[in-house]
Amino acid sequence: MNSNCIYGINGPVVTIKGATDFSMMEMVYVGNERLVGEIIGINDELTTVQVYEDTTGLKPGDPIVGTKAPMNVLLGPGILNNIFDGIERPLSEIEKNEGAFISRGSQVSALDTQKLWDVTINKKIGDSLCGGEIYATLPETEIITHKCMVPPYLSGVVTYVAQNGQYKLFDTILKIKDENGVEHELTLCQKWPIRTPRPVKERLTASVPLITGQRVIDTLFPISKGGTAAIPGGFGTGKTMTQHQLAKWCDADIIVYVGCGERGNEMSQVLQEFSELIDPKHNCPMTFRTTLIANTSNMPVAAREASIYTGITLAEYYRDMGYNVAIMADSTSRWAEALREISGRLEEMPAEEGFPAYLPSRLSEFYERGCRAQVLSGGEGSVTIIGAVSPQGSDFSEPVTQNTKRFTRCFWALDKSLAYSRHYPAINWMDSYSEYFTDLDPWFEENLGEEFVKYRREISALLAEESRLMEIVKLIGADVLPDDQKLVIETARVIRVGFLQQNAFHNDDTYVTLEKQMLMMKTILHLHKKAKHIVNAAIPISRVIELGIFDKLTKMKYDIPNDKLYMFDDYIAEIDEKIATITI
Amino acid sequence: MIIDYVGVKEINGSLVVIDGVKGVSFEEIVDIELENGTKRQGRVVQIDGDRIVVQVFEGSRQLSLHNTRTRLTGRPMEMPLSPEIMGRVLNGAGKPIDGLGDIFPEKKKNINGTPINPVSRIYPRNYINTGISSIDTLMTLIRGQKLPIFSGSGMKHNELAVQIVRQAKISGADSNNFGVVFAAMGVQNDVAQYFKKSFEESGVMSKVVMLLNLSNDPIIERMLTPKCALTVAEYLAFELDMHILVIMTDMTSYAEALREFSSSKGEIPGRKGYPGYLYSDLASIYERAGMIKGSKGSVTQIPILTMPNDDITHPVPDLTGYITEGQIVLDRMLQSQGIYPPVNVLPSLSRLMKDGIGEGYTREDHSSLANQLFASYAKVIDARSLASVIGEEELSPIDKKYLEFGRYFESTFVNQGNNENRSIEQSLNLGWRLLSHLPRKELDRVDDKLLDKYYVEK
Repeated sequence: MNSNCIYGINGPVVTIKGATDFSMMEMVYVGNERLVGEIIGINDELTTVQVYEDTTGLKPGDPIVGTKAPMNVLLGPGILNNIFDGIERPLSEIEKNEGAFISRGSQVSALDTQKLWDVTINKKIGDSLCGGEIYATLPETEIITHKCMVPPYLSGVVTYVAQNGQYKLFDTILKIKDENGVEHELTLCQKWPIRTPRPVKERLTASVPLITGQRVIDTLFPISKGGTAAIPGGFGTGKTMTQHQLAKWCDADIIVYVGCGERGNEMSQVLQEFSELIDPKHNCPMTFRTTLIANTSNMPVAAREASIYTGITLAEYYRDMGYNVAIMADSTSRWAEALREISGRLEEMPAEEGFPAYLPSRLSEFYERGCRAQVLSGGEGSVTIIGAVSPQGSDFSEPVTQNTKRFTRCFWALDKSLAYSRHYPAINWMDSYSEYFTDLDPWFEENLGEEFVKYRREISALLAEESRLMEIVKLIGADVLPDDQKLVIETARVIRVGFLQQNAFHNDDTYVTLEKQMLMMKTILHLHKKAKHIVNAAIPISRVIELGIFDKLTKMKYDIPNDKLYMFDDYIAEIDEKIATITI
Repeated sequence: MIIDYVGVKEINGSLVVIDGVKGVSFEEIVDIELENGTKRQGRVVQIDGDRIVVQVFEGSRQLSLHNTRTRLTGRPMEMPLSPEIMGRVLNGAGKPIDGLGDIFPEKKKNINGTPINPVSRIYPRNYINTGISSIDTLMTLIRGQKLPIFSGSGMKHNELAVQIVRQAKISGADSNNFGVVFAAMGVQNDVAQYFKKSFEESGVMSKVVMLLNLSNDPIIERMLTPKCALTVAEYLAFELDMHILVIMTDMTSYAEALREFSSSKGEIPGRKGYPGYLYSDLASIYERAGMIKGSKGSVTQIPILTMPNDDITHPVPDLTGYITEGQIVLDRMLQSQGIYPPVNVLPSLSRLMKDGIGEGYTREDHSSLANQLFASYAKVIDARSLASVIGEEELSPIDKKYLEFGRYFESTFVNQGNNENRSIEQSLNLGWRLLSHLPRKELDRVDDKLLDKYYVEK
């Protein structure tokens, strides 16, 4: 039926009069410029389409053509080391075609269709394949091997195998016949609807941490591979900076970075920094294992809504190959606002703060897609989701933050006053939490020794004690406190300045191994214990402070290079030595 | 064939509904002629079959159901552009009001613009020396940045903006290529006059394009003003390779115009009655700053907004802060102490400064010094709040030092004359002189090498 045409237009929402044969969530092309859209509402009088591009100039009567398929993305080699918009259109191709400004209705293939890939096929005629099984591999970038998988829900017996060699994206390299006798041609790529999670064989428990090299996260609020975390914070508290640090240093194999409704200059910074940053583990640029999805705040709002799903689908695709993937979504509030904006245009009944009532279910659908799992091909893979939240008016009680809190298990709350005093990362140690301790503690104990968990508890206890004491200090000043409490405040200061605060621009401090984190804790707690003996012996704490060792420990993060961890022994010896001078 | 549609179906505020329209396209501009011969323009904001909703720029006064003839123009809102636009004064919708006649267009551009491809952006790195210590040292303005001034009514944001324009133009070899686009939205006539006079006095008027929508001009026109201004700016920057500074004042009036329009259209309101798409709408303005590959020019934005009741969590400053690359926050307490510019440095921030300062740009100690000043000043605030409870006398000696540092910081560093143009060297050295009021062990953000070089303890 070709008679579907535009009836009404209101911003990104277009309506079609009368009954149509479109199905919900079907992808459509709108108007003569073939703008991409999606069916979001159907009744017998009106069909509603949300359009992913600017609708200026559309006319009633312009045609709307269906694709008979839901909004989907093309999955195949060429995703890494690339940058896409919210609906997987490659921005550098668009630049080549159209120049510096993005016009509408760009018709470019998501992935390079002409590039030849070195394909190795590992199946032969007669093999029976099931969904998700790997049938060919090819080097996508220098460090990542791309594995071509049978689409989930498809299985059958191989009837044709091509020779190993160079193939393009859409070349048939394998044919299988399913149980109904239908032959399917398999190429290097497949399509997948973005709003449907890709299936896994079995979900596994979150028992391996994602190591980020950021002390406050790894030590106090760790996240597991396949976990979910939220980073809420008002503007200027360093959400984006924290996301960048995590993307650069966490030990995931693949990074998917979604810039959802954020600044254009920020995306160009990510592009530049990631291509300059040499990955220490593989000795090649970061971009070789990264894909970027950039839907800046001035790009169409409906595509912003889709960008989150596009990102997570790409992440799941690489998870299915058996990789550990981390997806950074910056920021999920912009995505929630896109939902609100479209909901408003549809004149739906609003819930809290104008957000639609289905906001929590959408958020939970998204965060539930993060998991560590046994994938269909047999191996293990994970998708870790780290979403930034930009609360309105820096108020954490607003709906997006509150609902996100319900569905994520790590909460790294960024604090304005810490950011104002330039304490970065500005993760507030009193408001943040991680629910992964019980899952992860066995791992820490096994790999770092039982002390790690013990030290962490002591550090958190000291910080909690300090925050209680600071209430008193705010009222009456620090001078009146007894010496043992002064010691807590002094040690907590070392923990805050010397341990929690971390300099992203310092070569040694930007990434810190777990061993060094543990030794730092050990040294600080050692000093605390020694000083406590002094205080218990009724010697004034000021004599310990005069020794300058507290100040020395605040700078150990810079003074001890990452490859000279034996220096910690010298520090501990020095502490013992200096403290000994007092007791005599 | 051109058809005139006689009469309208419904009038509601500045929106009129017309029935039976054929061949209309979304966001198209329509000409409306009244019986008495006056002409107005409007824009199609909604289409339902053959019924359209038109937003009339000049307002719907004198319109009745029968006295209009409406004609479709077939084009979206476009701005005529030519190099001769420099030095002109236009109204909020981009029509000349300086009596020098129409602009002879070299080309016309859609005022909505198109988004810059993130791949084509050049990451901004060149700093602009504004000659204002607090800004240059602590929240450095970078060419291609959008750095708003968060102010309140009655504060000296206009003086500050003028000083930035006056002093920023003389940086480096590009001074001939410098231009200003000034967009006034809902400001009083006096304010517009003040800007005009200041531009004339500093001899930059020939390099300024002014778009004036004063507080008594129609609000619908106000919604077009920033878009027209940025279309001019993009043309001058990306086609004529100029460095353009866009000053937009007052963004709060713009957002209020948007709210008024939205509510008369019957849309579902979001926070404080502002429409749900306020973020997207503001972003479509602010994101039009930057530099692109293949052009030497740049668009730098300094939007000014007054925070209602000085509340930084109000939707307009809040959403603005999430889009712009930092903010300069003015403070009423500082102003009442006679400090100019009354920049409250703690909530102020420039996100792009970290890559545009330091060795090769300003000086190697810049970022450490800025960090230290922020950290130390934050402690001043703590010490002050403690002093207000227990009295200054009871403070520890180190807290007293902080109070002293705070006083000097505000009176000599933040405070400066509105004709005083300090070089970056002067500002940085002044910063080190201030730090000398604090003992060396308090300076935990600076490494020893820099301390040895620059720090002199008093």
